[in-house]
Amino acid sequence: MSKLILRRAGHTGEEMLLNFGPQHPSTHGVINFIVDTDGEVMKKAIPDVGYLHRSIEKIGEVTGYPGFMPYTDRIDYVAAMFANEGYAIAVEKLLKVEVPARAQYLRAASCELCRIASHLVSVGTMATDIGATTPLVHALRERERINDLIEALCGARLTYNYHRIGGVAFDMPTGWKDQVLAFLDHFESMLTEFDRLITYNEIYLKRLGSVAVIPRELAIDYGLVGPNLRGSGVDWDLRRDAPYGAYKDFKFDVPVGKGLAGTVGDAFDRYHVRILEMKQSSLIVRQALERMPEGEIMAKVQRKPKPEAGEALSRVESARGEMAYYVVSDGTDKAYRVRARTGSYLAMGIIEDISPGMMIADLVALIASLDVVAPEIDR
Amino acid sequence: MTPLESYFPLAVVFALALVLGLALVGLAALLGPRRPSRVKEAPFECGSDPVGDARGRFGVKFYVIALLFVVFDIEAVFIYPWAVQVRELGWNGFATMAVFAATLVAGLAYVWKKGALDWE
Amino acid sequence: MAPYQPKSDPKWLVALTLAVALTVPFLFPVLILLSMPLAEPSGGGVTLALRWLGNVLGTDLSGPVAHDVGTAVVLLLIAFLFINFGAIFSGICVWWERRIAGRMQSRIGPNRQGLGGFLVWVADAVKFLLKEDLVPAEADSLLFRIAPYFVLTGFALTFVVLPFGHSVVMADLNVGVFYITSVTALVVVGILISGWSSNSKWALFGGMRSAAQVVSYEIPAGLAVFVPVLMAGSLSMQDIIRAQGAAPWDWFIFRNPAALVAFFVLFTSQLAEANRTPFDLPEAESELVAGYLSEYSGFRFALFFMSEFGNIWVMSALATTLFFGGWQVPGMPAAAISALKGTGAWWGWQLVSMAVFAVKTLLLANVVIWLRWTLPRIRIDQMMTLSWKYLVPIGFVCLIFTLFWQLGVGAAPGLELASGVALSVGALFVVIAFFRRVFKNVTDVRGDAIDLSNW
Repeated sequence: MSKLILRRAGHTGEEMLLNFGPQHPSTHGVINFIVDTDGEVMKKAIPDVGYLHRSIEKIGEVTGYPGFMPYTDRIDYVAAMFANEGYAIAVEKLLKVEVPARAQYLRAASCELCRIASHLVSVGTMATDIGATTPLVHALRERERINDLIEALCGARLTYNYHRIGGVAFDMPTGWKDQVLAFLDHFESMLTEFDRLITYNEIYLKRLGSVAVIPRELAIDYGLVGPNLRGSGVDWDLRRDAPYGAYKDFKFDVPVGKGLAGTVGDAFDRYHVRILEMKQSSLIVRQALERMPEGEIMAKVQRKPKPEAGEALSRVESARGEMAYYVVSDGTDKAYRVRARTGSYLAMGIIEDISPGMMIADLVALIASLDVVAPEIDR
Repeated sequence: MTPLESYFPLAVVFALALVLGLALVGLAALLGPRRPSRVKEAPFECGSDPVGDARGRFGVKFYVIALLFVVFDIEAVFIYPWAVQVRELGWNGFATMAVFAATLVAGLAYVWKKGALDWE
Repeated sequence: MAPYQPKSDPKWLVALTLAVALTVPFLFPVLILLSMPLAEPSGGGVTLALRWLGNVLGTDLSGPVAHDVGTAVVLLLIAFLFINFGAIFSGICVWWERRIAGRMQSRIGPNRQGLGGFLVWVADAVKFLLKEDLVPAEADSLLFRIAPYFVLTGFALTFVVLPFGHSVVMADLNVGVFYITSVTALVVVGILISGWSSNSKWALFGGMRSAAQVVSYEIPAGLAVFVPVLMAGSLSMQDIIRAQGAAPWDWFIFRNPAALVAFFVLFTSQLAEANRTPFDLPEAESELVAGYLSEYSGFRFALFFMSEFGNIWVMSALATTLFFGGWQVPGMPAAAISALKGTGAWWGWQLVSMAVFAVKTLLLANVVIWLRWTLPRIRIDQMMTLSWKYLVPIGFVCLIFTLFWQLGVGAAPGLELASGVALSVGALFVVIAFFRRVFKNVTDVRGDAIDLSNW
């Protein structure tokens, strides 16, 4: 495989060829990068994906609509809530179901908690990739508490399967609201500690500032989404600009990259956008919990729904950016086609283009700053 | 004590370290299993089959650093004895070393200007 | 959230573990101290021992051959004790570092093998002994096999001149400091050989990076070492310590403003030469997987590891010697201790001087460990820039400043004391400010509860 890719890339055989992955500590899953290098500076790094392909979209054509929900968890197991939500919204559009307000709020709260958890993994592993091991463990410690909260909500810590077509599976347990608010109080002070520990560390700033710069136009051209896009200074967030669910009710800021450590669109901007988004997510969770309406948590949906023939597209702002589901129905109880468009796959495309001239250490920073999650690339 | 005698401990430590190292590795060879296989003995390249071996061309920068080191480490060899004797050598020694150090600093400035200290 | 309540508070267990952890490695220097009279150059100890042995065996052992053999045996014994100190210190340092890392990272760390996990390094050693010793098929077999011995001997040889106390040193060579910088170069030879001979790309990258890094930082380290050498007028480690005093204002680091700078230059360079974070580029896990160690397994790997952790002692001890007054005991000048020779008090002061030296060295070693679990890694071009564009020029300036400073001190001897007092008071304030800041940061996040229940 690697030889094939390199023939296409015009490898002359003079420089060293290196398989950076799939079993490598900082590829964030089983991804391979074929690196053409003289030892430190790379001529090119070509991503070679597909090691984690599980035909999830194809499975969507055989399971029936509700039965596919657990599989969506596996599309992005670091932020499974969003994969749940996107699929649920698409099928709800097909079925023309109205989701109850309380379910909308629960979705928002669970998703934003999940976003914090996912961003914690991202910023923690990024610090580890840059060589600081402590921030990762601190981030995972906080993530564990979120896992506890979500476990109390839906019984699962990783693959939640919480959202349902037409609502959510469970209502908040008693006392959950206070637990979440207490966590958020604690978490916000921990964020400042995290900033002191790593974000404004001089070496960290020097390692990430002006490294792996993705200019605004290039980011748009490659279709980057989410924090990667906002890191390049593009002020676009679905939750604010094309609100879905309960998001139109909430007030929050959309952080964008400002070039604090060098150039707009560098690795630090992408990292910092995530740090700032965690704070905003925490605000959204507070708002959702304070204003949680009473009522049902599920709309009336048949056990084996049979939507009319047609198609539906849903877009949600996942932790990795805009995630889209395209579901086609042929009138039976099984989907004719399910397609997921994910942020990590789009982010992989840009690596080949901006890698020439970078150092191996910067490639690690680039991969980490794009926050790619292997199962989301391959599905 | 003759100079040679004062260096005798050095030889003792050298020999002993070598013997201890060999003994431990030998013991490990006796105690450990020995089940070589083709896959085990392949170089690690993240689970992929390596393309070519590791004896290819390598970044020239590393060799430049080595050259710089040789140049500047010579200075150390000269300055060490002088640093010990600086009081006895007086102003004459001071002036000699000043000229020598100035040459080195000029060399460093030149190398810096030429960009040999930058990676790109 | 309810305040966290520790399950138990085994303070005595912690104290006991720490006592054992401190006692075990330092038994060896104490044994060395006890065997010191045997190694007296005048030969008194050896002669007496041989006479005793001769009486027991009923033969005459007073000839020159027997004397030489006896001396060699004594030296072997002392060398064995020193190497064991190095090995055991590095083992315990691994355990200590892992416990510290655990505490810094809100986890426990190894706590299963023995008290507080104290025996984890023994378990590790046994495991390494029982592992398969793999040599890659395409590797240069001979070089691959001998590389660890370079590293090991380079590490062990530093103990020849490292002082442990007033009279506890194997050989006080007159080129001491110079000798240390030259034998530590053996380590980089070993690393370069291991990187190249593995015939693995990651190992090669690691080896090349290590070589580039060590040779780059040799220069500023050398320049920084000149400052105390100039101040003491000697290269011998013991002479450098004797030129300092016990009080902070008598230490070289504060006696000369340039020495303060030179200490930081030296410390940074030593971190780089020991491949410690933020200079762990040669084995950068997230970049090079394991760098030059990628292909090593079993006890060969352990030898690399042992030297790496043992080097923490070497680098801290060197800095203590050069800048922090070494083993100088407050209120007891070195000459006064020497004058007590032959009495019981001499032995006591020897122990005190060893304790002083060990405390200073361990404090520095803890700084090294603390840095490792705090800082990210720098990039190779930044590593180059830091060495050649910052540390080397700064080192030159320190060297020249010290020259003029020494001339100034010659003219006005009060200058050193003034600088010493001013800088040590300044350092005291910095330390106090640091601890206040740490305390505030810790209480800000309500992290001030110390939980020892998992010790």
